[in-house]
Amino acid sequence: MVGRTIAVVAMIEAHDLRKTYRSRSGEVRALDGLSLSVPEATVKALLGPNGAGKTTAVKVLNTLIGPDSGRASVAGVDVLAEPAQVRRVIGASGQYAAVDENLTGRENLEMVGRLYHLGRRRARERAQELVDAFDLSDAGDRPVKGFSGGMRRRIDLACALVNTPPVLFLDEPTTGLDPRSRIGLWDVIADLVRDGTTVLLTTQYLEEADYLADHISVVDHGRVIAEGTADELKAQVGGHRVVLTLVEQADAGLARSVLARRGTGEVRSDASGRTLDVAVEAGPSTLQGVLTELDDAGVRLHDAGMRRPTLDDVFLTLTGREQADDDESEQSA
Amino acid sequence: MTTDLDRPPPAARPTGDRPAPDAPRGVVATWFSDGWTVTWRNLLKLRRNPEVMVFAVLQPIMFVVLFSQVYGGSIRIDGGDYTDYLMAGIFGQTVLFGSTFSGYLMAQDLKEGLIDRFRTLPMHSSAVLVGRTNADLVLNTVSMVIMIGAGAVVGWRFSDGVPRFLAGVGLLLLFSYAFSWVMALLGIMVRTPEVINNAAFMVLFPLTFISNAFVQSSNLPGPLEVFANWNPVSALVQAARELFGNTGSAPVPDTFPMQHPVLTVVAGSAVMLAVFVPLAVARFRRSSSR
Ligand SMILES: Nc1ncnc2c1ncn2[C@@H]1O[C@H](COP(=O)(O)OP(=O)(O)OP(=O)(O)O)[C@@H](O)[C@H]1O
Ligand SMILES: [Mg+2]
Repeated sequence: MVGRTIAVVAMIEAHDLRKTYRSRSGEVRALDGLSLSVPEATVKALLGPNGAGKTTAVKVLNTLIGPDSGRASVAGVDVLAEPAQVRRVIGASGQYAAVDENLTGRENLEMVGRLYHLGRRRARERAQELVDAFDLSDAGDRPVKGFSGGMRRRIDLACALVNTPPVLFLDEPTTGLDPRSRIGLWDVIADLVRDGTTVLLTTQYLEEADYLADHISVVDHGRVIAEGTADELKAQVGGHRVVLTLVEQADAGLARSVLARRGTGEVRSDASGRTLDVAVEAGPSTLQGVLTELDDAGVRLHDAGMRRPTLDDVFLTLTGREQADDDESEQSA
Repeated sequence: MTTDLDRPPPAARPTGDRPAPDAPRGVVATWFSDGWTVTWRNLLKLRRNPEVMVFAVLQPIMFVVLFSQVYGGSIRIDGGDYTDYLMAGIFGQTVLFGSTFSGYLMAQDLKEGLIDRFRTLPMHSSAVLVGRTNADLVLNTVSMVIMIGAGAVVGWRFSDGVPRFLAGVGLLLLFSYAFSWVMALLGIMVRTPEVINNAAFMVLFPLTFISNAFVQSSNLPGPLEVFANWNPVSALVQAARELFGNTGSAPVPDTFPMQHPVLTVVAGSAVMLAVFVPLAVARFRRSSSR
């Protein structure tokens, strides 16, 4: 992350947001005291397992839904008291592309411009600028219906930028984009932020949070369970991890007990059961110790080494679940 | 196709001169502009939707031709010609069913998520409904013009002069516009386009067939005749028929809607608008996204 001076002004603030969805099938507590603050011209990423409440939090902040309680402000404007005012300064792109299937890419952009009251001529110009910027020129004149998911996504993102908003909400902006478009979008976002835009985004890609976000909030069960820069979060889960790959699965029990004794956290293993890893305090000496002990016991290794923790480790340690894990139905009542 | 997003596109950046939204224009001006923008969008959508075009353009022609040619010879109208008698019925039926599009398309929009985009824009939220019903009024007008043409081809003539003819057309469109709002509210509440469609057909089919739309109500068996003489669809058809001068010589049934059909339709439409416009707008504001 490029160092940049961080202004003190919080452009996005949420305090103790609560929201319970009630339906025939029961109650779901989607937000349970969520608070966050995003300084001007920075990117905040929300990470969390499916159903954690990320989308709900974003929807409260971009005025789509009202919370049951709590306070929120965007660019200094109270979201609950003056949603109309907030809508003038935000751009939003939801988890599912909200574009008109029957309109062309260009018409979609023009429509949004006109609804921002740019005037018809300016709306048309702005649509053209964005068609160029997002390289939609060959697709800009066909109804969206025939577009691929990624193209739709990009039109949706372009729609969020029509008003050159100072505050941007992006819910999983790069889901469905090919790697090239994803990196392209990262550049667009980094560029916007350099010029002063404040961004709140959610993502399923830890790499994306690592690359883009100045600050990360890990969300689970409707509240923020950890926050900080990517490095701070990594430091929080431990300095290094020792990773072993066994030749024989039969040795797993022994290796696990060695790692458990010398490591600091829970020993994790992959699906095959032959690759084990654990957080350790003193990386190199622990690795040496582990290797000697296993060698003495006659355990053969394919591979052994040390690595810095990744955001995946942060995620797993904090939420106890894989990021990609689906279905999140257990809810604290 | 290239997907070249690699270089930072300058146009995506915020520029120093952010447009000051609404600054030069007042609330009324932006309300009209929003309503018109959504209408424009809906009209584009209708034009590109072949299903809708078939329904609005081909179906009315088919009805006019089939009914007048198939039943024309066998249904007798006292003191008149069946084709002349029939047209008001088909007009009434077409605008009635045409209005159901408002519900169907409203539900579809809510389902597809575009409404979520609208809700994050600084637009007047009532414009979503205004744009919906306006576009459907245009669609109904197109259907009307086509039916008038088709009617002329099969020999239909109005006989009370152009002003009354235009009043009849206006009355049918007024009713269709008011009824669009009822359907739009239904669309917001039900949210499943197919359900709206099926429910509307289940209600509207009997309503149109147990009326004076295609036959004189006196030809219907007892209880159905009573129903037909109080049926609002009968009032609509009777009003148009009177204004077109196509009633024939049969005595007008002795119920209030039949005796004062124009008044009934105008008052009914006014009541529908007065009740359902605010209801639909309020309901739309309250209904959260998916
Ligand atoms: N409209 C709704 N009605 C009822 N329950 C809902 C609704 N929207 C969300 N929920 C529930 O609220 C919880 C939080 O949902 P939310 O969409 O905010 O999660 P998320 O973190 O965005 O998940 P994902 O990573 O899958 O996008 C989930 O348990 C979800 O099932
Ligand atoms: Mg989500």
